[in-house]
Amino acid sequence: MTQMNEPLLRVEDLTMMYGDRVGCKDVSFELRPGEVLGIVGESGSGKSTLLRSISAQQEPTKGKVEYQTRIDGVRDVYQMSEAQRRLLMRTDWAFVHQNPRDGLRMNVSAGANIGERLMAIGDRHYGNIRSNANSWLGKVEIASERLDDLPSTFSGGMQQRLQIARNLVTSPRLVFMDEPTGGLDVSVQARLLDLLRGLVHDLNLAVIIVTHDLAVARLLSHRLMVMQQGKVIEHGLTDQVLDDPQHPYTQLLVSSILQN
Amino acid sequence: MEQTVKNPADGAPDYNFAYLDEQTKRMIRRALLKAVAIPGYQVPFAGREMPMPYGWGTGGVQVTAAVIGPNDTLKVIDQGADDTTNAVSIRQFFAKTAQVATTEKTAEASIIQTRHRIPEKELREDQVLVYQVPIPEPLRFLVPRETETRKMHALEEYGLMHVKLYEDISRHGHIATTYAYPVMVDDRYVMDPSPTPKFDNPKMNNMAALQLFGAGREKRIYALPPYTKVKSLDFEDHPFEVQTWEDKCGMCGARDSYLDEVILDDQGNRMFVCSDTDYCAERQEAGHRGPQHHDQPLGSADRGKAAE
Ligand SMILES: Nc1ncnc2c1ncn2[C@@H]1O[C@H](COP(=O)(O)OP(=O)(O)OP(=O)(O)O)[C@@H](O)[C@H]1O
Ligand SMILES: [Mg+2]
Ligand SMILES: [Zn+2]
Repeated sequence: MTQMNEPLLRVEDLTMMYGDRVGCKDVSFELRPGEVLGIVGESGSGKSTLLRSISAQQEPTKGKVEYQTRIDGVRDVYQMSEAQRRLLMRTDWAFVHQNPRDGLRMNVSAGANIGERLMAIGDRHYGNIRSNANSWLGKVEIASERLDDLPSTFSGGMQQRLQIARNLVTSPRLVFMDEPTGGLDVSVQARLLDLLRGLVHDLNLAVIIVTHDLAVARLLSHRLMVMQQGKVIEHGLTDQVLDDPQHPYTQLLVSSILQN
Repeated sequence: MEQTVKNPADGAPDYNFAYLDEQTKRMIRRALLKAVAIPGYQVPFAGREMPMPYGWGTGGVQVTAAVIGPNDTLKVIDQGADDTTNAVSIRQFFAKTAQVATTEKTAEASIIQTRHRIPEKELREDQVLVYQVPIPEPLRFLVPRETETRKMHALEEYGLMHVKLYEDISRHGHIATTYAYPVMVDDRYVMDPSPTPKFDNPKMNNMAALQLFGAGREKRIYALPPYTKVKSLDFEDHPFEVQTWEDKCGMCGARDSYLDEVILDDQGNRMFVCSDTDYCAERQEAGHRGPQHHDQPLGSADRGKAAE
């Protein structure tokens, strides 16, 4: 059993090099169940690189990622067999991409998009899969009459909500998000953030969310990591980091937001 | 050891036995052995250009060429019929290049090459069924990338097959796939029996004959050794079902065979006849009669005329 105070995820000295270029360097932190970690920093600072390296999508040059699995206890995700890792990635983990097209199957219906993970883990009852998909459609505030429609007939905001439903249907404990509100206009963003905040709270999800947007970070995350040139230069409780930034770069980042 | 066949017509260049050179045949046989050892697994092979276009069964022809011997008797069917252009030309090809006996009778054949159908008559251990396959990869429709589909087979990640069936049911209320209906082979590999009708899927299960599949364009071979478990994918609450017909065969009265609809005139009169012409003819010879039978056997060659 996972204890509340035992970390769900432990990242140690993670470094990703692209040849001579630094992607991210010497990053270490822990994440507890239900905790939301924001990663902020300017373009090119290594946020996406770090997220991909943590989430087993890109093997890092150096360092370790350990995860508290449901069955086998703490496992180094890069030491698992590929089959185990892929199973973990589609059951206990979830990925919300900035572009919903990267996270959805555009050529099958919304219901099939949500049902896919259930079928992948062996659910073979059509009626159950469908009603489960329908109930998730409701949770992300999409009318159930859209269940059989293709995602391409959905608005950008709806596609993003569908992507979230498709990911959460297997009750994952850890969700990775890279700029989930990036391509949306402001009012659509606000609604999505509201929804995300509710789900994260209700389902006690641990989340690592990458964003440019300090307002998004403040709204969703408990803790904040600030990156610059591949390194974490400041790390603390979100309110502390934003209200009393210590590092000159973070001070600059916060003040530039306040001026807008 | 090179086997050649004298061209009796003009003494011009000799053919190698069954057209392919011995090295190519050995290469195909090695792929076949691997395919038989791993039922349902797609084995790549270095397919050769054949003197016929893709879509005309070049994959099946190469497999047949690799397994046929001088004492074999070959039957070739297309949509169940022996007398379509495609079936006739493949039969003639082997009659010429391998000088083997050919037949239209299922029971007399040692090798049966087919597109679409499995004969209605139960096949035996001493027979080989060779399928011409256009698209061997069952996951292709949702996963275009070959590297990814190979990984999914390796890791038995087959959830997507059910996504396709789910879409079928949500659109049509039932599983509407009738051809190329995916199967699970030996509890391990998902296989596309394309393009056979799902009516024939149950015949693949536990079949006494060796089943070999050749895809010419995509250069893949796969196989079902005799008595292999073959299960059609489905849902608990939408179980696999084969097609059924209200009618029986108009010529032989069969109720257990796969029926083709034939339009008789422009008044909308129509009839159903067995798609397996040999099965139908044999039943008629044995005295079975359907409602449209007027004591004149109607082979499939006559069907076209009936439609005129
Ligand atoms: N696949 C790659 N190959 C080579 N270099 C890369 C690759 N991906 C990222 N980089 C480099 O690594 C550094 C970090 O890039 P990364 O995409 O992680 O930044 P980011 O913080 O996500 O930026 P953005 O906010 O623009 O998305 C950059 O210098 C970038 O050019
Ligand atoms: Mg990025
Ligand atoms: Zn008949």
